[in-house]
Amino acid sequence: MPARAPSALTIHELHPLLISGQLSPAELLEDLLARIAGHNGAYGAYIDVAADQLREQLRRQLASGRRGRLFGIPITVKDNLCVAGEQTTCASKILAGFRAPYDATVIERLRQEGAVIVPRANMDEFAFGSSTENSAYGATRNPWDRQRVPGGSSGGSAAAVAADLAIGALGSDTGGSIRQPASFCNVVGLKPTYGRVSRYGLIAFASSLDQIGPLTKDVRDAAHLLSVIAGHDPMDSTSAPVEVPDYVAQLEAPVNGLRVGLPRLPEEGIEPDVRRCVEAAVQVLQRLGAAVERIELPFIDHSIETYYIVATAEASSNLARYAGVHYGLREPAEDRSSLIEMYLRTRTAGFGAEAKRRILLGTYVLSHGYYDAYYLKAMQVRTLIKRSFEQAFSRCDIVVMPTSPTAAFRLGERLTDPLQMYLSDIYTISANLAGVPAISIPCGFSSSQLPVGLQLLAAPFREELLLRLAYAYEQATEWHRRRPALEQA
Amino acid sequence: MTCEIIIGLEVHVQLRTNTKLFCGCAARFGAPPNSQTCPVCLGLPGALPVLNEQALAWGIRVGLALDCTVAPLMKFDRKHYFYPDLPKNFQISQYDRPLASNGHVDLEGEGATKRIRIRRVHLEEDAGKLLHETGQPVSFVDMNRTGVPLLEIVSEPDLRTSEDAYQYLVELKALLQYLDVSTCNMEEGSLRCDTNISLRPAGQETLGVKVEVKNLNSFRAVKQALEFEAGRQGALLSRGERILQETRLWNAHSLQTDSMRSKEEAADYRYFPEPDLVPFTIEAAAVEQIRRKLPELPAQRRLRYQQTYQLSAYDAQVLVQQRALAELFEGAVRLGAKPKPVANWIMGGFMAYLNAKRLEPESLQVQPEWVVHLIELVDGGTLSGTMAKEVFLAMLERRVDPAELVREGGLRQISDAQTLERIAHEVLEQHPKSAEDYAKGKANALMFLVGQAMKRSSGKANPQQMTEILKRKVGEKRA
Amino acid sequence: MGVVTPEIVKHVAHLARMRVEGEALTQLAAQLDEILDYVRKLQAVATDGIEPTSHVLPLTNVQRPDAPRPSLDPGTVVALAPARSGPFLSVPKVLEA
Repeated sequence: MPARAPSALTIHELHPLLISGQLSPAELLEDLLARIAGHNGAYGAYIDVAADQLREQLRRQLASGRRGRLFGIPITVKDNLCVAGEQTTCASKILAGFRAPYDATVIERLRQEGAVIVPRANMDEFAFGSSTENSAYGATRNPWDRQRVPGGSSGGSAAAVAADLAIGALGSDTGGSIRQPASFCNVVGLKPTYGRVSRYGLIAFASSLDQIGPLTKDVRDAAHLLSVIAGHDPMDSTSAPVEVPDYVAQLEAPVNGLRVGLPRLPEEGIEPDVRRCVEAAVQVLQRLGAAVERIELPFIDHSIETYYIVATAEASSNLARYAGVHYGLREPAEDRSSLIEMYLRTRTAGFGAEAKRRILLGTYVLSHGYYDAYYLKAMQVRTLIKRSFEQAFSRCDIVVMPTSPTAAFRLGERLTDPLQMYLSDIYTISANLAGVPAISIPCGFSSSQLPVGLQLLAAPFREELLLRLAYAYEQATEWHRRRPALEQA
Repeated sequence: MTCEIIIGLEVHVQLRTNTKLFCGCAARFGAPPNSQTCPVCLGLPGALPVLNEQALAWGIRVGLALDCTVAPLMKFDRKHYFYPDLPKNFQISQYDRPLASNGHVDLEGEGATKRIRIRRVHLEEDAGKLLHETGQPVSFVDMNRTGVPLLEIVSEPDLRTSEDAYQYLVELKALLQYLDVSTCNMEEGSLRCDTNISLRPAGQETLGVKVEVKNLNSFRAVKQALEFEAGRQGALLSRGERILQETRLWNAHSLQTDSMRSKEEAADYRYFPEPDLVPFTIEAAAVEQIRRKLPELPAQRRLRYQQTYQLSAYDAQVLVQQRALAELFEGAVRLGAKPKPVANWIMGGFMAYLNAKRLEPESLQVQPEWVVHLIELVDGGTLSGTMAKEVFLAMLERRVDPAELVREGGLRQISDAQTLERIAHEVLEQHPKSAEDYAKGKANALMFLVGQAMKRSSGKANPQQMTEILKRKVGEKRA
Repeated sequence: MGVVTPEIVKHVAHLARMRVEGEALTQLAAQLDEILDYVRKLQAVATDGIEPTSHVLPLTNVQRPDAPRPSLDPGTVVALAPARSGPFLSVPKVLEA
């Protein structure tokens, strides 16, 4: 047995142990389950964990004889990825009890490689939020400080990985929902290029922005998981028929001479600690041989406005289906009332405050008379933002910026001020609008000992560049090795 | 005040693809409830649409046959409204970039051709089916139809009479049948039609207030509803009352339109580009390839029937109108039958039978050689006219070759002189008065005697021979 | 400010089939007004002649062959629904034809 508990290890540390038989998948699972049993109550990283179901799943995996790249490794997935026969609710009351009759494509791919799927990592309802407070099943707490949020919306996945309640996890990122919680929890979070990973089976928030990606303990694990989930899927029309490189094999390629661009950014609200950490990280990149230069990203300061129009419009449409007819919640349960009354009561009772706010906003911007002023305009500015990135990536290989303007904030601090909450996505949103890949990696701690994340962005389908530079940085630093001291509930 | 009637039609036609528009579920009609659904067409969370290439190709085919411009760039949009038969509560349709636009259908009229312009043709997904049972507080939902490919064909308001509308629908249906893209069965709902109608005083430029009429289950209903609605609106206008812009439903029992319960809100469909489907570019070369493969269309076929088979314009029109009839006609002619008798059989007994039984020609499955055999049997004297009609009916009812029927059933005509003589003798014995009348020069009496002889022989006697025998026998008697 | 009135919020809520009333209505109107006021900053960006982006990827013509795939078992489908009757889903009576 290794010196550290199995649940504290990374995928790449575990894989050889499991393949060689030095550690059994059952031991690993039991260790993880014990740790979850001990700490999930205090942190709420999972909505619930069905231990017996996981044991049964492992039995079936082992019986199948698969010995793939994730042989015997539990992979935690956000509650918006459909897992056949398991509850998938998007942390919403309106989907309470919904059991998808099919596996998402990423789930299928994880299973093919021998993974054990651990469902139901907590999240903001329908991924609407940056704090994982908007969950119908209670907020997730930050493992570094229980009084603070883990970020969101993939806060459950990030907190689980940070607290060793997960080996590795999948989240989804529509405007920063993988990267920002990764940054708040001191883990690695990668949002792939739009179209790189199939969205089939990901419960949609904003279809033109959503991507599934890994949250892991280090960069090598991110490369590992991305290699498994990336690639063309005929079930997703927006899945790109682009070949998937071997991300793991390319990790150690030299970074010497990589051109790194530092954009001028809106600095409103950026914490001095974040600025200090990011500046220090840029110096590390330079020491590693990267050529750093200042660049312009025009129109990026309009990302928030553009995003909140596009994302809410698409969300209002995607969430229209939750209406009490085909699955999920119905209020009242009997057929006594009129149809319209059933719709109104189901949707009023089923959606939380933030979901209602975004549905209203999206319905408003799409409605007759407002479309051109809001939605069409936003789609045009999106073109300009996309072009900004195209120009930037014609001059440099990687763009560097903070992941979030602040470290983890306190629970409840921004709940009453939705606009303030939206503004915290300022640095992550543009990658989704432009469809480019971006990664957040640990790059230091604030004066109050909260993690800070560094964000790297690359041109579409250049994840291997992101991973390579992130890996080089990680090798040169120790931030990612720090683990929080957990409290008992 | 004389008013001009302005009519536009919206036709929805289901494409007869193997699978639905955006998923691999079968698109068959009549399957057990909720047995042809999957995460995609059920709109389950996380499922995504992928376009059926056959539906697109057939959509282009229809667009070309309607002489439309096929869009070089086409996209899908979401149209939002809440309804239990629409699982996503939006329909994937096409808004500002339809598949094809600016076409026309030409209606052959007395002397002149009327051109009805087609505004647009677009692809969209069908909704499920709601079943209502009277007395029950609930409606039932069957999702089998959800996602079946629909082509919506929208005409410009170029129709001026209910007869025009009827003719347009007949012509459009024929076109779709020749293109072989739909079963065009109104009873099964694979062809559906909504109409809008407005009136304006003769000479006025601006259009009047438009009323939409739905729930039209047959072409006849379209015609009746338009006639009713023109009358209703005309009466209102002549009383100086206003026409309300609304949707009305045709009631096939009371033969009138009723106002749909006024909607609580004006429709606001909140269209926006479907983010789960990418745009489609349609290359000119691909369009040309589909154009080259277009089959002969009704107008061309009508012309050919007139030129090649010397059929009248009317005969050509009637035969071509229903593809199955035209195929039967051509099959028989190809096998060597003369065009005119074939046309007569089809347009006569055949269509009368279809109308009486309210059947679609496809359902009869008559083989062209049967028609050929029937005509040969008549020409060769094996069947009398009366017998031929019987055989014809038996052929339709039992789906058997007439030659076979004749072989098996003693349907052969009696031409044997001795038997005929015996029958004639019996008839004259029984009707001496008529024999006398004929002898006195009453021609009608002979007709009666022949009729009686035919009856006695169950229609099998050769009527020419029998007439001669009766004439001779009456003459002999007198002498 | 003050563009989004409670009446507008009520109307939009009805379009989205949600009920917003009382204090929540006033509060939501104020929040939406603030957010929309913020996003209206976009009006300052010159976008004449700029093509809208609804898809970031330059993908076109993604289609599938017209080949059947197995459907779900009808029992599974109906079991997902909150209300059902035999092989059907059931909903409160739909009045309009």
